Amino acid sequence: MHTRRDLLSGSAKVAAMLAAAGLLPSLAQAADAPGYATAAFAAKTIPDLMKALGAGAPVQSADVTVTGPDIAENGAVVPIGASTALPGVKRVLLLVEKNPAVMSAMFDVTPDIEPAFATRVKMGQSSDVFAVAMMNDGRVLFAKKEVKVTLGGCGG
Amino acid sequence: MADPMRIRAQAAGDKTTVRVLMAHEMETGQRKDAAGKIIPAWYIQEVTAQLNGKTVMTAQWGPSVSKNPFLQFTVKGGKAGDKVTISWLDNHGDKRTDETTVS
Repeated sequence: MHTRRDLLSGSAKVAAMLAAAGLLPSLAQAADAPGYATAAFAAKTIPDLMKALGAGAPVQSADVTVTGPDIAENGAVVPIGASTALPGVKRVLLLVEKNPAVMSAMFDVTPDIEPAFATRVKMGQSSDVFAVAMMNDGRVLFAKKEVKVTLGGCGG
Repeated sequence: MADPMRIRAQAAGDKTTVRVLMAHEMETGQRKDAAGKIIPAWYIQEVTAQLNGKTVMTAQWGPSVSKNPFLQFTVKGGKAGDKVTISWLDNHGDKRTDETTVS
């Protein structure tokens, strides 16, 4: 004997299963990956981000390097990189200060790789970009560089 | 299903440089279409790299990574013939895994 409530929750489960299987693409939206640091990626300022990650205040360090162009003609594709020569790095973050959400990418470092990454990000306007290295001992080190954008990448 | 990634892994000395080009829209959820409606966010959230089946790197991305993302990283060790596997997962639950051998 099924009550209406059973049927409703049952059909919701079926829909969820179908969505998970990719059969209902229109419903399969905004489902964050398991373990995704949603709060950290929603942070709008660097102090908020550090709070969301449970890290202390970052300290500027010459041992961390951020690479990027001085002037980016196209804000939709700005090549930036982060690297450090220090041992004992747990995580490397790439931040763009004036983007709607500060954090672009977060890399978990294992002993098998070097803490050096390069990727391409979108920038809405000229801004400082940050490479942040979170160390195993809890220190948070950063380097920053100003990138001027002549054509924004986030407009519509 | 998304288009395949282009992966190149090159060993130089005791390091292997891996370059990946993924095919993905990376929609931020901030843009509007011609009718003024917001285009929903659609972007890669998780990237995993494996060397010979062992996970060497995991990354989480936000929507501000560029369309058709490029990623470069360096693996310690690795020699010609080793297998490099890259997988991604986006916020629609879509995923893609591709592999290549180190040259």
